[in-house]
Amino acid sequence: MKKTFSIGGVHPDDKKISAGCAIEVLPAPKTVYISMSQHLGAPATPTVSAGDKVKVGQVIGEPAGFISAFVHSSVSGTVKSVGPYKDLAGNAVTHVAIEVEGDEWMEGIDTSDTLVTEIPEDTEFIVDRIKGNGVVGLGGATFPTNVKLCPPPGKKADILILNGAECEPYLTSDYRIMIEKSRQIVVGAALMKHVLGVQHVVIGIEENKPEAIAKMKEAVLELSAGSSDYAGIEVMTLKKKYPQGGEKQLIDAVTHRQVKSMGLPIDVGAVVQNVATSLAVYEAVQKNKPLIDNTLTVTGECFPKQSNVLVRVGTPLSYIVDSLGGIPENAAKAISGGPMMGKAISNMDAATLKGTSSILFLTEEQTRRKEETNCIRCGKCVEACPMGLEPFLLNKLARNGMMDELEQNAIQDCIECGCCLYSCPANIPLLDVIRIAKGQVIRAIKSRTAPKK
Amino acid sequence: MNKLLVSPAPHIHTKTSTRSLMTDVVIALLPSVIVSVLFYGWPAVIVLASSVIFCTLLEYLITKFLLKRPNTVSDMSAVVTGIILALNLPPTAPWWVAMIGAAVAVGVAKMTFGGLGQNVFNPAITGRVFLLISFPAIMTSWGGGKSFIPGIDAVSGATPLGIVKESLAQGMTLDQIYAANDFSYLDMLFVNIGGSAGEISAIAILVGFIYMLARKVIRPYITLSILVTVAVFSGIFWLIDPAQYTDPLFNLLTGGVLLGSVFMATDYVTSPMSDKGGIIFGVGIGIITMLIRYFGSYPEGMSFAILIMNATVPLINKFCKQKKYGRA
Repeated sequence: MKKTFSIGGVHPDDKKISAGCAIEVLPAPKTVYISMSQHLGAPATPTVSAGDKVKVGQVIGEPAGFISAFVHSSVSGTVKSVGPYKDLAGNAVTHVAIEVEGDEWMEGIDTSDTLVTEIPEDTEFIVDRIKGNGVVGLGGATFPTNVKLCPPPGKKADILILNGAECEPYLTSDYRIMIEKSRQIVVGAALMKHVLGVQHVVIGIEENKPEAIAKMKEAVLELSAGSSDYAGIEVMTLKKKYPQGGEKQLIDAVTHRQVKSMGLPIDVGAVVQNVATSLAVYEAVQKNKPLIDNTLTVTGECFPKQSNVLVRVGTPLSYIVDSLGGIPENAAKAISGGPMMGKAISNMDAATLKGTSSILFLTEEQTRRKEETNCIRCGKCVEACPMGLEPFLLNKLARNGMMDELEQNAIQDCIECGCCLYSCPANIPLLDVIRIAKGQVIRAIKSRTAPKK
Repeated sequence: MNKLLVSPAPHIHTKTSTRSLMTDVVIALLPSVIVSVLFYGWPAVIVLASSVIFCTLLEYLITKFLLKRPNTVSDMSAVVTGIILALNLPPTAPWWVAMIGAAVAVGVAKMTFGGLGQNVFNPAITGRVFLLISFPAIMTSWGGGKSFIPGIDAVSGATPLGIVKESLAQGMTLDQIYAANDFSYLDMLFVNIGGSAGEISAIAILVGFIYMLARKVIRPYITLSILVTVAVFSGIFWLIDPAQYTDPLFNLLTGGVLLGSVFMATDYVTSPMSDKGGIIFGVGIGIITMLIRYFGSYPEGMSFAILIMNATVPLINKFCKQKKYGRA
């Protein structure tokens, strides 16, 4: 019996129509716009100003706090401006705009294809490289990876889980890198394993990706035959169920441990990293290459050219879409990320971030919300919720502003996976209502538990 | 490009809607409808038609003129109520009885509370119970229709449970009753002429049950817990005194236990949310049904049992919650 998480979940049609498209390298655009807010936490502080010449891989933003990250130039050229530029939702965020001239890389970056499998002994060196090269979690939250690899004192991980579930429909970028860069991902896993000092690494992949499972198993077998640094790495086939890639769900699926409410994975001895992050770790440590490019899927039934492309961070979305044939006539919505948790794009001139995984186009037919009708108390939302919550009840409590009851019914545990709204036959916007109320409840909890001044 | 929609995730939605779920229930009811029409002929058609038409019409009129809200007829729930109500009536009941039942079901039990999803009691059962109390003579005499299948004509008479109850009261033992009435389990399983329109064929109901399970319209816990409870409860009494208490199979196949447990107790609105709650609900229905059958004055008891348990649903929901992640 294949493993999966124990509570709830839904089975949307997986629509991996771009799965067969090998990763293509997209040439750099004329101008890139590199955001200073590409990670969870404080935005980076720009270290360049207009007129500066920069090279590929040069630091252009420094972390502005413990939870923050370095930002590097993804191109070589001249800094045009440092200032506000609109992100995909239309909010102004500090960006560094760089006019591209040639492709000159910083010294010390290994741009060759040679696979470096030797794991450095010094863990501090590994962490410094990860931090210095701006690696952040690429599974969605973009949490600085070096912070995640250094648990607070008193907490110790005993397992590293690599997330290769890619449970969102349509997305195939993780799938492609698992096929095309399987060895690099496994080396990345071994590096993180060494830093964490764990004996066990599980690479969790859903059953709908047999080719990726085979490639990853092959890579693990080959590398572990060569060195004991690769012992204890295992590929695990998971049942297909959304949201398997949710951190808490994946930990449950792999280890049968559950993270306590408001707790962190490290509390149950687990660290979860995405396979794309593992690849970034490999490049950062073994090649000294900063996180300046990433693979993203451009897809949708209405999109003429299904693609997986490797782009430089800061490439305008419109440039990517135009070079692949432009926005289809019948597209009603463009989404950055998957259809379950991705963000709707309102500004196509926005630039890619380190964590951008896809541009998905949906037609009106596919994405239109239907009119809300009475709750028929069918319980499908309760059945679907992977956190075991009662979305129908939270919806009712939220609409009546009952904050205490919302907290008692664990609204703060909601992971915003969208299963409730997806499965509601009465088209009730459950998550829309719950998301807002959850924010209020969490603020209330924080203000209550924060130390008094 | 300015046409792009912006709204929060998720951006896709399941194809299942209230309407598709209700349509699936209608499809699941079809085998029972077909059997009853075939064996009871035109009277069954008239009862079905008047019940469905009146339920739908009434919902339309109430939403349009009383509540002044967008009409909800297209969600198909009134059709489901209409069919279930008709299947609960003797096929030879006059059309106006079906209309009164529909008025109580949709007008009182459903729309007074605010329509689909708001009602406490199952509309079709409320309608049926109202008729049972108001028109006991009409509601307990069966048969008499002319079958569409040549050579088979339904005979008038009471239901098997009614006969048993009456005969036991007259001092007969079960052996004598069985000998006098020629009940056949095989008939009850396939087609047993002598029952309300919907309960004459156990197989037809079970086909509908399997269809609903396969389409994930319902989960099996409520239905199974009712059936198991009825079987266990009657089994214990039957083993103690087989002369006075009817056996489990007889109780499962008669008196609407199947129709009620498959189509009425599983009504989303009036049953608990969780599987655990559903089992408690089902056990409650099973016990109350058997208490009424063995010790009450009505021969069956399914309708009353479901109505009583409907009232406990909010309480069951409060105490039977799903296990939450990370909160052992």
